[in-house]
Amino acid sequence: MQNNVNITNISQKYRQDFAIIAGWVSFGSKVLDLGCGDGELLMYLRDSLEVKGYGVEKDDANWLACLQNGTNVIQMDLEDGLSGFEDQSFDTVILSQTLQAMHKTEEIVQEMLRVGREIIVTFPNFGYWRNRIQITGGRMPVSKTLPYQWYDTPNVHLCTINDFDLFCKNHKISILERKVITDGNEVNFMPNLLGNLAMYRLKAK
Amino acid sequence: MSENNSIGIVSPQTAHFSEPLTLKSGENLPQFDLVYETYGTLNAAKSNAVLICHALSGNHHVAGKYSADDKYPGWWDNLVGPRKPLDTNKFFVIGLNNLGGCHGSSGSISINPATNKPYGASFPIVTVEDWVNSQARLLDHLEIKTLAAVIGGSLGGMQALQWTMAFPDRIKHALVIASAPNLTAQNMAFNEVARQAIITDPEFYDGDYYAHNTVPRRGLRIARMLGHITYLSDDAMGEKFGRKLKDKIKYSFDVEFEMESYLRYQGDKFAGEFDANTYLRMTRALDYYDPALVFGGDLSKALSNVKAKFLVVSFTSDWRFSPERSREIVKALLDNELTVSYAEVTALHGHDAFLMPDAHYHNILRNYLQKVDV
Repeated sequence: MQNNVNITNISQKYRQDFAIIAGWVSFGSKVLDLGCGDGELLMYLRDSLEVKGYGVEKDDANWLACLQNGTNVIQMDLEDGLSGFEDQSFDTVILSQTLQAMHKTEEIVQEMLRVGREIIVTFPNFGYWRNRIQITGGRMPVSKTLPYQWYDTPNVHLCTINDFDLFCKNHKISILERKVITDGNEVNFMPNLLGNLAMYRLKAK
Repeated sequence: MSENNSIGIVSPQTAHFSEPLTLKSGENLPQFDLVYETYGTLNAAKSNAVLICHALSGNHHVAGKYSADDKYPGWWDNLVGPRKPLDTNKFFVIGLNNLGGCHGSSGSISINPATNKPYGASFPIVTVEDWVNSQARLLDHLEIKTLAAVIGGSLGGMQALQWTMAFPDRIKHALVIASAPNLTAQNMAFNEVARQAIITDPEFYDGDYYAHNTVPRRGLRIARMLGHITYLSDDAMGEKFGRKLKDKIKYSFDVEFEMESYLRYQGDKFAGEFDANTYLRMTRALDYYDPALVFGGDLSKALSNVKAKFLVVSFTSDWRFSPERSREIVKALLDNELTVSYAEVTALHGHDAFLMPDAHYHNILRNYLQKVDV
């Protein structure tokens, strides 16, 4: 039986991505975390950088966990866009390991760029060698980062680092910084093959 | 659960105010009474008070019973009591009957001291702003400077919102539930139909029916029936009544369907206990409320001096105060970088959902109120 690990639980297990995100967020700045889960990242940023944080979360249980954690949380579906937020009203808008589960992928990235002066997008790199091996073996990849079977996965738009680089180029998005990590370590050599989690700091061109 | 945690036997009190109150209309109310109930104990620092603002047909009797054999407790008894979401072991809770009401506060049915007759039609039209100003007088009377929280649903939510604008230093938290920053044309249209039902009732006598020893029951009854339709969702009515018949079809205009029986029962009950002049005034207060109006329709500007922290809650099936309207409030709060959380509760029961003890909804209120410092 497939366990029901959600995206947030994964990011909690691999907290190195929190540290990298914190490095990209300014002290005391205003941050919007989309698909914020139980608010763990926002709590981390609040405690380490005194950010003024707001989360967006659709799931009732996660929403309630945010409230219990003292995180400001707005219940809404990201697929509906960010019409409740003004243009350029946040210093940073974050989409952490949720991009691959979005149906309206282009729309959400454009909306993030509208609302945030900078945005942070992280996602599991489908080009990671372990995924490639499983595909070569004739099966859809299942791993700690992609813990779902093909038939029950929420991940509908998986991509590789090369795919996303091209996406940014085609959508006139500046890549300010990119970091790729595997098991907590930064990967600089052949990141699209050896990197498990891709992290981007972006800005509209 | 609610039985074990009941606040028990309660009794109302009356505060008299002899300082005149200038109303938004420009009229002056030389003196007035407010009837209220309190639950729990005010702490020494007077920092644990929570004000409950009622909606269209509500009153000061929020929780508990007046006697052990009362059939029903107060209207929000499922929320207020020891260890309930609004925990009276922690908070000192105040419920009042709004000005213009018909449950003891000054209104059309109360005696005008100047004439020794009921105010009737002469009672002024009061607004949400007037209510909040009069509620502030009540707090002064109780020597409470600051509210730990103000909470209200529907029209009550409008009052909670108004509190944060009118008295930003007196409100720590505002819980605005199933509400809106103003009414839509459709929403006001329902009010107009309800008022027309009352005003065109031959027993209305231009609002001075008391002098004729009668009440416009038919009008009030139809107004309430209409209201009940709009407070429920199509699905909720479907689930509650569907097309269920009372009996065999009789080919008549008597009660044939269960739904009709419900509406007639609710209408009759209401017509027997509520005052038509109050109903007219409550709906007008709803219509008139529009805090963004003087800011060119910009709610964010209207909220620019607000300091309170907010919890905004809406219900998915509520079409009279839809989630979209709550989101407008949330957006204006976000524009002002205020502390706000917003929950959109999945509920079947339409606007009525805010009064129901849905587990998730009550969990939200419980958890939020647990975090409120006193």
